[in-house]
Amino acid sequence: MTEGKKIGSVMIVGGGVAGIQAALDLADSGFYVYLIEKTGAIGGTMVQLDKTFPTNDCSMCIIAPKLVECGRHLNIHLLTLCEVTEITGVAGDFAVTLRQSPRYVDMNKCIACGICTDVCPKKIDNDHDSGIGKRRAIYLRYPQAVPLKYQIDPAACIGLQRPGTCGFCEKVCDAGAINFADVEKIHRINVGAVILAPGFEVFDPKPSGMWGYGTNANIITSLQLERYLSTSGPTEGHLKRPLDGKPVRKMAFLQCVGSRDENLCGNGYCSSVCCMSAIKEAVLAKDHVPGLQTSIFYMDMRTHGKGFDQYLEQARSEAGVRFVRCRMGGVETDGESGDLRLRYVNENGRQIEEFFDLVVLAVGLQTPKHVLGLAHVADIKLTADNFAATSDFAPVKTSREGIFTCGAIAGPKDIPQSVVEGSAAAAAVAELLAPARNELTVLPKFPEERDISGEEVRIGIFICHCGTNIAGVVDVKVLAEYVMTLPDVVHVDRKLFSCSQDSQESIIQLIHEHRLNRIVIAACTPRTHEPLFRETLKVAGLNECLLEMANIRNHNAWVHGNNPTGATNKAKDLVRMAVAKVTFGQSSQAIAVPVFQKGLVIGGGVAGMTAALNLAQQGFEVHLVERTDTLGGNALNIKYTWGGEHVRTQVAKLIDKVIWNDRIVIHKESIVTGVAGFIGNFHSTITSKNGETKVIEHGAGIVAIGGEAAVPSEYSYGSITGVVTSVQFDKLHELKEKHVKLAKRFVFIQCVGSREEGHMYCSKVCCTHSVQSAITLKKENPDRNVYILYRDMRTYGQRESLYKEARKLGIIFINYELHGKPRVTGRGAEIEVEVWDHVLHQPLLIAAYMVILAVAIRPRQDAEKIGTLYKVPVDGHGFFHEAHGKLRPVDFSTEGMFVAGLAHYPKPVEESVAQALAASARAATILAQPEVKLDTIKAIVDDEFCDGCALCIDVCPYHAITLFEQAAVDGEAPKKLVRVNVAQCKGCGICQGTCPKRGIYVVGFTMKQVVAQLQAALAG
Amino acid sequence: MAFEPKIIAFCCNWCSYAAADLAGTARMQYPESVRIIRMMCSGMVHPQLVVEALNMGADAVMILGCRLGECHYQDGNHKALARSDMIVELLDDLGYERDRFSLHWLSSAEPHVFVSAMTETAERVRRLSALQLPDGGES
Ligand code: FES
Repeated sequence: MTEGKKIGSVMIVGGGVAGIQAALDLADSGFYVYLIEKTGAIGGTMVQLDKTFPTNDCSMCIIAPKLVECGRHLNIHLLTLCEVTEITGVAGDFAVTLRQSPRYVDMNKCIACGICTDVCPKKIDNDHDSGIGKRRAIYLRYPQAVPLKYQIDPAACIGLQRPGTCGFCEKVCDAGAINFADVEKIHRINVGAVILAPGFEVFDPKPSGMWGYGTNANIITSLQLERYLSTSGPTEGHLKRPLDGKPVRKMAFLQCVGSRDENLCGNGYCSSVCCMSAIKEAVLAKDHVPGLQTSIFYMDMRTHGKGFDQYLEQARSEAGVRFVRCRMGGVETDGESGDLRLRYVNENGRQIEEFFDLVVLAVGLQTPKHVLGLAHVADIKLTADNFAATSDFAPVKTSREGIFTCGAIAGPKDIPQSVVEGSAAAAAVAELLAPARNELTVLPKFPEERDISGEEVRIGIFICHCGTNIAGVVDVKVLAEYVMTLPDVVHVDRKLFSCSQDSQESIIQLIHEHRLNRIVIAACTPRTHEPLFRETLKVAGLNECLLEMANIRNHNAWVHGNNPTGATNKAKDLVRMAVAKVTFGQSSQAIAVPVFQKGLVIGGGVAGMTAALNLAQQGFEVHLVERTDTLGGNALNIKYTWGGEHVRTQVAKLIDKVIWNDRIVIHKESIVTGVAGFIGNFHSTITSKNGETKVIEHGAGIVAIGGEAAVPSEYSYGSITGVVTSVQFDKLHELKEKHVKLAKRFVFIQCVGSREEGHMYCSKVCCTHSVQSAITLKKENPDRNVYILYRDMRTYGQRESLYKEARKLGIIFINYELHGKPRVTGRGAEIEVEVWDHVLHQPLLIAAYMVILAVAIRPRQDAEKIGTLYKVPVDGHGFFHEAHGKLRPVDFSTEGMFVAGLAHYPKPVEESVAQALAASARAATILAQPEVKLDTIKAIVDDEFCDGCALCIDVCPYHAITLFEQAAVDGEAPKKLVRVNVAQCKGCGICQGTCPKRGIYVVGFTMKQVVAQLQAALAG
Repeated sequence: MAFEPKIIAFCCNWCSYAAADLAGTARMQYPESVRIIRMMCSGMVHPQLVVEALNMGADAVMILGCRLGECHYQDGNHKALARSDMIVELLDDLGYERDRFSLHWLSSAEPHVFVSAMTETAERVRRLSALQLPDGGES
């Protein structure tokens, strides 16, 4: 580890989902973050996507909360329109130079009303819409952009191109935010570490005119299709033929455009995400166009991630997507019609022609030029495929110490893996900069809270004009006069922009001046602005719960723009409702629970050890519980990673570090047998082999119990000695066993126990592993015949190079289908393998000396038990189920618990390591705090009404309610009541909706408040 | 003046309220008659609130939540759905038409679903009320 100076701040280059995740994890665990974005707003590619696989979640909706969190985090400094020009210094102490392009819009003044865009006369292609829509020269990258500030595209702006002309935006901007004199700025920032997360670009088929792209507008890319399908896209989700607006009835997807093809596009690797994204688009497009036929033309279906194979099967059987394995020959326009003729050679070797209305090219991912420049500036090594070079055991570390990566810069990957790497990079940085934790971060400080319990209700109302957004429709003067007449209102004020900095100060002052104790802000939506105003109340010494917002913009002025009278009347109602509600508002403290700043890791394999070691090196005490008497887990059975690193050497090093780390307490031959507590406060009981028990207190826990190899029940395994599993084969080969040494013909059979009824998932590692073994065999002796019988060759990402090498070496790949599995029979010393030959239309017989079965990875039997103990779920296959497949890939929905490694899903070493680091980073966000603050919105029991019927206990999704018996008081009989564990309660109020006695309510949403709101709503 | 109904819409914070926000951002237009009450989850809406709203003179009550399976609190909307039968029975007993109460599921990215729910409900209520006007039932 590097000695010397450690600066407690980090620069993250790239504001896509990976960079955002890293930023949040670091800022939440005591490090100051500079988040650098090249464009005008963070969000990366995710904000362009319509839906995400395999859950079909709306992409924007699931990333938006993270964007907002980044935007307002006290310890994250967003710098947009910036590029890195120099990085000097060493790990722990870097100086980074940034060049910031002018925005020409003053971020402090812009209120994003959008009037500038309306008057801007210049229209150009919108890159956010992948070129299919138009935008103005002054624009927002996307409607929910963070920061929500307009920017001027200098290349398109008329006023900037010819000074003195146009300038319409400047004239209409009430806030005076337009600044044509804005200039480029240079920043020099000192940070302890740098994370590179610049993302990728999609392959552009235009220059090469691949598959006719550019010759016919009915050939589009998959990213363009996303924009067509998006309801916020240029066509509002309507899919028509771009060329002539005709309906689309038959649509074709062409896979691997810009991937797996060095000759046509220069990218030999597999882009890893396009199969799934094409399936998703094919399924969703059918929702948009009834009766639409979709066909996917592919070489191998690579759906290797969690839940992906099931998605594929559903697409095939339920949605009716057609899958055609083929070699594409060409795409031509059919005369005048604009239809497209596809020529391809199908699986049986037949040449086929077919017509389509629309052709979608599933374009691959590649490293953009500017990122190559960044890599050069950062002085890091790249792979042959132009991705950052990393070790399989340190997947987020670059070749330069102190510089880390996450996301697609280190190889093409999907959203969950990018999020995992974002957290993993955060863990690696936190390890490096641990001594400087909390040195540069700030904690919000608030004055002591005023006790208002004895005060009469004094309501202050602030009406926001929001520029002209509200005031342009609602008669705010009339509104102000009206609301002044409402009961208990002592002060009403109007603000041009209630969210601006000066308005906050004025509100604080008025609270003091008029001794206000309830505040109504009539403005926009609480979903974006309530946190801001709550903060303002706190600064003014008022409890944050004494606030209510009346949404007179989004729910009124904007939606009734053509009826000002109606809108003004409705605004009166909305404010009256807010006043009625806030009158019954009560103070509530966000409860804080002290944290045991220790971690517990269950499982001593690579994932468990990596997580434990990282937490320890971040400065936390860790308990590592291992079921057996040895550390190492499944990795002890693997020889090389796909990148060629010797696994056992690396694992030995890891074990050494874990054993010699003072902060790690290892409990071998032990299992967890009991659990109590919640986030920050777990008590886990562990029991050793000889029955001794210990209770460990910990603030967070990581489940990394691994998986196990399935035992084959087919292919004569167990009855023919030459039929072995891949793990057995590796052992025999390593021992130079004579059968292996002398054998001339080897057959590998893939997907043994994977991707079939009951186990509809891909074990992810077996294709690569078999290909690697086959290469070794062939290299040892080129005279050997090596066959691989496979269903889809899933050497995803940069592993594709192994597949290519294998084919070059003459290894024979034969495809089989699930309904035509190979047959294995014994014939003396030889084994006969029979497989259907698609080209010759007859069975092919291979006389093999050895048959190697690529067996599936299964979850461990004890997974369910651990799941029950910690209240964390397992999925239908028995793997642990994360909180959110996309955005919380290592979190459990039970707060404070995390998952890593094979226990989550089959995966190769480097993904296990990344996931372990990620889990550790997530755990550190809890452990780094002396206490955890919980939300104020909590259920409270009213003992007077509660009769202990316990109905609420059944419906509470978080098991936060328990029954208890109150001892008899003053001769009364003992009473049954419920109690809420506030730490577990999330404030959903399902209990309140269920309680027949009004015995339980949620702060800020009590029945009294809602009834008052109803009364006020219906009084007008 | 034309009859302007008053509709109470209980919206869950995570999807339906957000969709209503987005309808605003997109400047979609719908009848002014709706009054949104923000709840944390559709499962938070007590059946009593629906009854009380109608008793107080609301022309219709809507509960809007996340799409089934997408509730922010796991299955709050399923709970709301399960309770809705009971609500309908209750309304029957009290002599309210079924059409005065409805449930809607939508994602935070579906402002158009929100808008059409509002527009349709306002229409429906207008028709219901027109039926009753002759005998002076409602105004
Ligand atoms: S949070 Fe939307 S329905 Fe539960």
